[in-house]
Amino acid sequence: MNNIQLDQQGRLKHFLGIEGLERTLLIDILNTAASFLSIDAKAVKKAPILRGKTIVNLFFEPSTRTRTTFELAAKRLSADVLNFNVDTSSASKGETIIDMLHNLEAMHCDMFVVRHNACGAAHFMAQHVSPHIHIINAGDGEHEHPTQAMLDMYTIRQYKGECAPLRVAIVGDILHSRVARSDIHALRTLGASEVRVVGPKTLIPKGVEALGVKVFNNLKSGLHEVDVIIMLRLQRERMQGALLPSAHEYFQYYGLTEEVLKVAHPDAIVMHPGPINRGVEIDSTVADGERSVILPQVSNGIAVRMAVMAMILGVVIPEQKEVH
Amino acid sequence: MSLNHIDMLLCSMANYLNQHIKTLNRDDVLMLGIHTGGVWVAKRLHSLLNLPQPLGKLNIAFYRDDFSRIGLHPHVKPSTLPIEVDNRHIILVDDVLHTGRTIRAAFNEIFDYGRPKNVTLATLVERNGRELPIQPDVIGCSLSLEAGKTIKLCGPDPLSLEIRTVHE
Repeated sequence: MNNIQLDQQGRLKHFLGIEGLERTLLIDILNTAASFLSIDAKAVKKAPILRGKTIVNLFFEPSTRTRTTFELAAKRLSADVLNFNVDTSSASKGETIIDMLHNLEAMHCDMFVVRHNACGAAHFMAQHVSPHIHIINAGDGEHEHPTQAMLDMYTIRQYKGECAPLRVAIVGDILHSRVARSDIHALRTLGASEVRVVGPKTLIPKGVEALGVKVFNNLKSGLHEVDVIIMLRLQRERMQGALLPSAHEYFQYYGLTEEVLKVAHPDAIVMHPGPINRGVEIDSTVADGERSVILPQVSNGIAVRMAVMAMILGVVIPEQKEVH
Repeated sequence: MSLNHIDMLLCSMANYLNQHIKTLNRDDVLMLGIHTGGVWVAKRLHSLLNLPQPLGKLNIAFYRDDFSRIGLHPHVKPSTLPIEVDNRHIILVDDVLHTGRTIRAAFNEIFDYGRPKNVTLATLVERNGRELPIQPDVIGCSLSLEAGKTIKLCGPDPLSLEIRTVHE
């Protein structure tokens, strides 16, 4: 299904979703990201790996964190970056996505980082671009957000160690969350011992158990003895119909507070893909507390996105060639 | 070449470097080995010279000029520079000097950290085949190899040199 992501040698050509990717490839992304973290220690925080390449951030939905970290990642690899805000572009004048892509291709761009509110948008673009153009999915509807999942996996590995047998709970609006889907695929592929989804019935997609997760509708039961808690934002902009009585009531039942956190493992970490809504899904004392790794997630996001870009625009080899 | 022979080469390099270091402020000398073989050589030289500053390690993977052709190794160990490089006398150590491209990349990596006062290049083996105008200051030995042959330092313990045929 995701073969379009790989070239004939099985190397990453596009990065559209976690589903269907092998464990070894995900580990390679994490290891490469670890290499790039060292760039932060230098006075000149740059590597010339993508010098001469042009990367276009093509965002059909608003984003601050994801677009900024993609931009920083590309710039730290010395690529030229073009931010294409579709609100102000010719899309609003009736141009089709394919015509827009072909125009950008004619400007000799090498990679498009795409966010779109339609599921499969990045996949559709990957099918229609020229063979030398690469697509990274920065979120397509409720489908996948693969770089967010990889930065989550990186953060979990950073705090919990490699291949640790972990219990992970993803809490909140699972129904509208592309992060949840990508995280579930990544956690299952990398071998988490148990993946739970926790939330009200109206925000848990039917049949989600088929992805290999356990469903909990009660927050305290869902968080019992877990090692990692991934909180999700209520995506009210995607909600159609009365799925929740009120944000206040949601917080009463599903908000993560210090009190609720006590049921988790004493060393459990708290994650959130952002933007956080204090007092809706998470209490400020938890968001700013010592278990929170929300800000390290943001820093890791840059290294993970550098890794994906470098792996796609170069190739990853098993051993370095000997040239002295 | 035998292990004993390498020890002799290292002693000879250390003697030359010692003469050089006598002309400098010893506290400002920073030795940097290039991953992986250069670090092995640098560790021994660092110990022989009894330098006051800890040994640094350079990884030049991000500066290789053949990235678009051969790509990036997924396990790039980070460079570790124990002290600031600004105004230091750098002794850059590698195992084999061949094309000069690794040293070119190492300069880029060093200068991303700061501006050293000067850089001295020491390599265990210097062989023919230079593609850039880069020459060593201190060498263990000099070799002329025919095309298609490469010399590799195996280690870290014991160190040995092997001449191999390269299959392109």
